[in-house]
Amino acid sequence: MDSYILKMEHITKTFPGVKALDDVTFQVKRGEIHALVGENGAGKSTLMKVLSGIYTANTYEGDIILNGEKQEFHAIKDSEKKGIAIIYQELALCKNMNVAESIFLGSEIKNKYGLIDWDATYWKCAEYLEKVKLTLNPETEIVNLGVGQQQLIEICKAISKDARLLILDEPTAALTDSESANLLEILRELKEQGVSCIYISHKLDEVFEIADTITVLRDGRTVVTKPKDEISKNELIAYMVGRELTQMYPREEHTAKEIVMEVKDWTTFRPDLPDKKALDQVSFQVRRGEILGIAGLMGAGRTELMMSLIGEYGVRTSGEVLIEGKRVEMKSAQDAVRCGVGYVSEDRKRYGLVLLQDVKYNVGMSSFQSLSHYGLINDNEWIQRTNQYVESLNIKTPTIEQQVTNLSGGNQQKVVLAKWLMTQPRILILDEPTRGIDVGAKVEIYHIMNELVKQGVGIIMISSELPEVLGVSDRILVMREGQLVKELNWKEATQEKVMYYATGGN
Amino acid sequence: MQREGIKLEKVKSLIQSNIRQYTMIIAMLLIWAYFQMATGGVFLMSRNLNNLFLQMCYIGACSCGMVLIMVAAQIDLSVGSVIGFTGAVIAVLLKEYQMHILPALLITLLVGALVGLWQGIWVAKVGLPSFIVTLSSQMLFRGGVLGVTGGNTIQPNDGVFKAIGQGYLPNIGNSGVNLTAVLAGIVCFALYVLLMVNRRKNRMKYHFDVDRQGVFIAKLLGIGLVMFLVFRIWASDRGIPIPVIILAVVVLVMHMVANKTAFGRHIYAIGGNMDAAKLSGINVKKTMIVNFTIMGVLTAISGVIFTSRLNSAAIAGGTGAETDIIAAAIIGGTSPAGGKGSIFGCIIGALVMASLDNGMSILSLGSFEKYIVKGLVLLLAVAVDTITNRQAS
Repeated sequence: MDSYILKMEHITKTFPGVKALDDVTFQVKRGEIHALVGENGAGKSTLMKVLSGIYTANTYEGDIILNGEKQEFHAIKDSEKKGIAIIYQELALCKNMNVAESIFLGSEIKNKYGLIDWDATYWKCAEYLEKVKLTLNPETEIVNLGVGQQQLIEICKAISKDARLLILDEPTAALTDSESANLLEILRELKEQGVSCIYISHKLDEVFEIADTITVLRDGRTVVTKPKDEISKNELIAYMVGRELTQMYPREEHTAKEIVMEVKDWTTFRPDLPDKKALDQVSFQVRRGEILGIAGLMGAGRTELMMSLIGEYGVRTSGEVLIEGKRVEMKSAQDAVRCGVGYVSEDRKRYGLVLLQDVKYNVGMSSFQSLSHYGLINDNEWIQRTNQYVESLNIKTPTIEQQVTNLSGGNQQKVVLAKWLMTQPRILILDEPTRGIDVGAKVEIYHIMNELVKQGVGIIMISSELPEVLGVSDRILVMREGQLVKELNWKEATQEKVMYYATGGN
Repeated sequence: MQREGIKLEKVKSLIQSNIRQYTMIIAMLLIWAYFQMATGGVFLMSRNLNNLFLQMCYIGACSCGMVLIMVAAQIDLSVGSVIGFTGAVIAVLLKEYQMHILPALLITLLVGALVGLWQGIWVAKVGLPSFIVTLSSQMLFRGGVLGVTGGNTIQPNDGVFKAIGQGYLPNIGNSGVNLTAVLAGIVCFALYVLLMVNRRKNRMKYHFDVDRQGVFIAKLLGIGLVMFLVFRIWASDRGIPIPVIILAVVVLVMHMVANKTAFGRHIYAIGGNMDAAKLSGINVKKTMIVNFTIMGVLTAISGVIFTSRLNSAAIAGGTGAETDIIAAAIIGGTSPAGGKGSIFGCIIGALVMASLDNGMSILSLGSFEKYIVKGLVLLLAVAVDTITNRQAS
């Protein structure tokens, strides 16, 4: 038999305008744990979606060869039948069901009359639970389980379907240390039983602990595949980053002025797991006239930090925020607007725009109250100020009565920016401000940021693109697992350094 | 050739973007044509059309509120019961407590506001689905009607009160033609023209799309013709009905609220994208509570008109009105999914629903047919909305 359980050969997957995967070759040996690492957006998830059949057979180029046979998957069910099981970061269990029901959901054990055989179900369930060392009553409802336990239930589900290739996407992101150790132990045992595993993780220590082989993806390409023992951590980081710094970042000398916002000991807990800290004692300052970059990998808590600062995320939040030296309490985005803080979300369609409405509406949305006189909105002022921003931000739209759905991503992003500029913020938080927009529009956004900084706005920018963080920020804060681990000046920062701290260096 | 193609494309997209408006008006004309034939010409007689307007007033006033509730992606199923309840309240105040009409009216509107506030708090503060809250209110206030009236039909017999639902503006002339209606028609048209010309000028100033001059004038004349036909009915008969004037005021005020106030504009954001609305600093809870409170007041106005027209508050008053009111809003272009809706549109919708009622009454069809037809019309309206939305996306 072939020593490789899986060979993905010359996989190319394009989305309109972007090549997400470019001639990727990825091979997993039978009975090994193969770690897949890379920056955010390197193509790991896309590759796994190709493998599991979410992206169906004719939407990409290249071959998937499983156990020496070429495969064409048209749905997740097809890949499941062939023994591939994916366990996602966000667990996909029905919370209202019990353990046994969850494990056999969709492949219920039936008796000869076609009714569910509950005795056999619970009997089998107990057997699987033993395999993953869970001592649980099969009738326990999923709601009552922790994330770690739920993950093991997902693994049971995979085993019950006789999965031979297990894919885990950031499995330990929400786990405690002991839960993580337990999970790794179980993976090792499954490996002994001949189950192969693809392990996606940002935590390099973990990768070195568990993996037999490591593959690095970067910008949709395979950079290297090596046995763990033949590669060091620093080499690995160098492989992961190595993106070119281009001239597209219009570096301008900013002169940071006085402190406009100060955050002290900011701690909050996850609303879905109220025992787990989402942010741990985060303290930082923002100055007028500077761009503060926040780097970190997926799940580092960057968006959570910003959302909790404006009162829209987290439970049992503690710590304090000072704006221009005064302590403020922001319990909602509404308070934030009042305090002069604007938050431009990473997901503009979900959190930024009302797609049914036109440009004018979306630009004015946060300012209707200030546009009103004696209770009525002043149309002339609304139009004039909207036009002003359309012009200064160079929003390309036939008229301001154009529906925002008809605009390009870059122009939509500028509409969201305009909305916030109209509120005249002192601090502007930009979460992934250039995600999914073309290069030309990106550069325009950077120019707008430089212009705002000149006018004395303090900008906080979250970005997953290292070159962007390095190319635009004045100072860079690196976050990891809810903590601020390092502050770097842009002059001393390199991609390797940032990645080193983001993946677990001290 | 190519230019022709572009032109055709433009016309096509214009029709597509306005398809809802057109289907609405075409549907109404078809219904009218059918009833005109089926009733042997009775339907479009002045006297009957006047009745039609009187019938639609209470539905129209309430559906103005329903539009904003539905734009916020909520629903109010309690309106039928609350119309009955507020109607019973004013009837009892007038008859049993011998109250003067003015305080009685104020108290009734206040009761309506409190009903709305009650529902708004459960929806916004406690976070219950409005479907459940208002379904509960539907029963609650049907019980309320029974409690207030003691199970009896109450006839207030107050002159001013009667006028609210049945009265006409007095004729300032003394010929057969009602001069008040003629003058009011002229003033209305003049105001409309002035407003539209002004708006057009303003839009041209900002280089927005405007109709070409010919189309613009044709539209003005078209509206003028409709106005002429409507006012002629009143001028040749008993004059302008007072409930129509009340409805007109409600429509204008609600149109302003929806389009010219921060509160109204916020509702569209909430229904269009709740997450974005929240993160844009909109006070969702407060807006929602105010929205339901306004709905309550409008329902009370509707209840007063309804009770006044019948000059009696009965225990079943307003039963089933929610279907008419919700259907009116949807036929008028309000999306049940939220984010879209217009006040003027819902008046056309109300006219459609009243036409169905009126036409079937002339044909002496019973409740049996009426319920079935109205149920189907509601279904059809939502289906049209869903299908056109799907095509758009």
